[in-house]
Amino acid sequence: MSRPEHLAPPDIFYNEDEARKYTCNSRIIEIQTKMCERALELLLLPENESCLLLDIGCGSGLSGEVLEEHGHTWIGIDISRAMLDIAKKREVEGDVILSDMGQGLPFRAGQFDGVVSISALQWLCNLDNSKHGLRKRLDVFFSSLFACLRNGARAVFQFYPENDDQLNLLESAACKAGFSGGRMIDFPNSKKARKVFLVLMTGGVTTVPVDSLAQQSRCTVGKNMKNKNGKKDPLRGTRRDWIMKKKDRFRNKNKEVKADSKYTGRKRSRF
Amino acid sequence: MKLLTHNMLSSKSLKGVVVGYPLKIEAYDVKVTEVEFNPEFIAKVIPKIDYSVLIRAAEYLGHVGKLPGHVPENVEKNTDFLKEVHHALLEVEVVKGDLVCPESGRRFPITDGIPNMLLNEDEV
Ligand SMILES: C[S@@+](CC[C@H](N)C(=O)[O-])C[C@H]1O[C@@H](n2cnc3c(N)ncnc32)[C@H](O)[C@@H]1O
Repeated sequence: MSRPEHLAPPDIFYNEDEARKYTCNSRIIEIQTKMCERALELLLLPENESCLLLDIGCGSGLSGEVLEEHGHTWIGIDISRAMLDIAKKREVEGDVILSDMGQGLPFRAGQFDGVVSISALQWLCNLDNSKHGLRKRLDVFFSSLFACLRNGARAVFQFYPENDDQLNLLESAACKAGFSGGRMIDFPNSKKARKVFLVLMTGGVTTVPVDSLAQQSRCTVGKNMKNKNGKKDPLRGTRRDWIMKKKDRFRNKNKEVKADSKYTGRKRSRF
Repeated sequence: MKLLTHNMLSSKSLKGVVVGYPLKIEAYDVKVTEVEFNPEFIAKVIPKIDYSVLIRAAEYLGHVGKLPGHVPENVEKNTDFLKEVHHALLEVEVVKGDLVCPESGRRFPITDGIPNMLLNEDEV
């Protein structure tokens, strides 16, 4: 399957036609909504508080609407005028700005309580990268991201890395800008359900060596994610998620696994 | 563009610009849309915003209303004040105009409510 970011730069690819098709596709709506729900969970915002959030690569506002539904106020940036025009037409609550994340985020310091970015980060490594000087764009982006976050706030990216090198490159650029954290993979062994997140944290652990960032990330993230009220850990998900993941792993090894049902992962009542 | 956004926008990504804040507003078309009032959010955001920048922007757009020159004490309980701030921050919108970088004079056009902060390659 060809990757859209190989076909054209994002502002060209997401033209009026594509923007409209994208926003009307019910399957896309469902997937983007789910992934943004998950990203929001991973932000670990204080409970029952409205926050000020930034949506990077907000597009036509599918992800932003999830933020609204949770009572947050959001601002979005995107490089595609056509996508933003649709966001305006759909009257999303968030305010949107035409801007290229690779040129640095146009905000003063310490403003946002959190950042989400759904299905956009892979575009930062698109085909023109030699011309744009990929490394420089990444550094400019991540340092401006670090600066515009409130101390202690997080940025969560769901995206489609092309390969491991790309993921490592992004992680090391983020680390260089002062972030801790790293990749987080949902359903790692299922080709279909697999989802990659980059969970970046300001404050907390600051001295993670660049090359061990990838290996350490899981536990670094995990430690800070402990939930004070002992509620479900958003990193691991529910018991059902955990069982589903395990079943996926077993299926991949061609082991016999019981079919999934609505009872999967439920506590059985004892008589 | 809402004034909350204006309160945060900077042109510091421009080559040679140090602070790039606040951006000067030149508005040709302004509209007001009703937004649900969330007093907790407004109270939380007040210490973060640059209040004097908000006042100047609201004044320029003719929407300063009863906003006092300084943030009063105990804002959490001051519903009238929170409502005024809510209106200025979230309900007043610049639909058409320009944002002007205070250091370089570079203009960022606002069309259909969307500020265009894209830079040319030689400006980065
Ligand atoms: C797949 S869409 C996702 C839109 C939205 N987040 C959602 O969940 O529906 C990816 C978006 O990233 C935007 N994008 C790509 N490169 C960008 C860049 N360098 N700066 C800002 N936005 C970018 C594209 O214009 C596009 O709207």
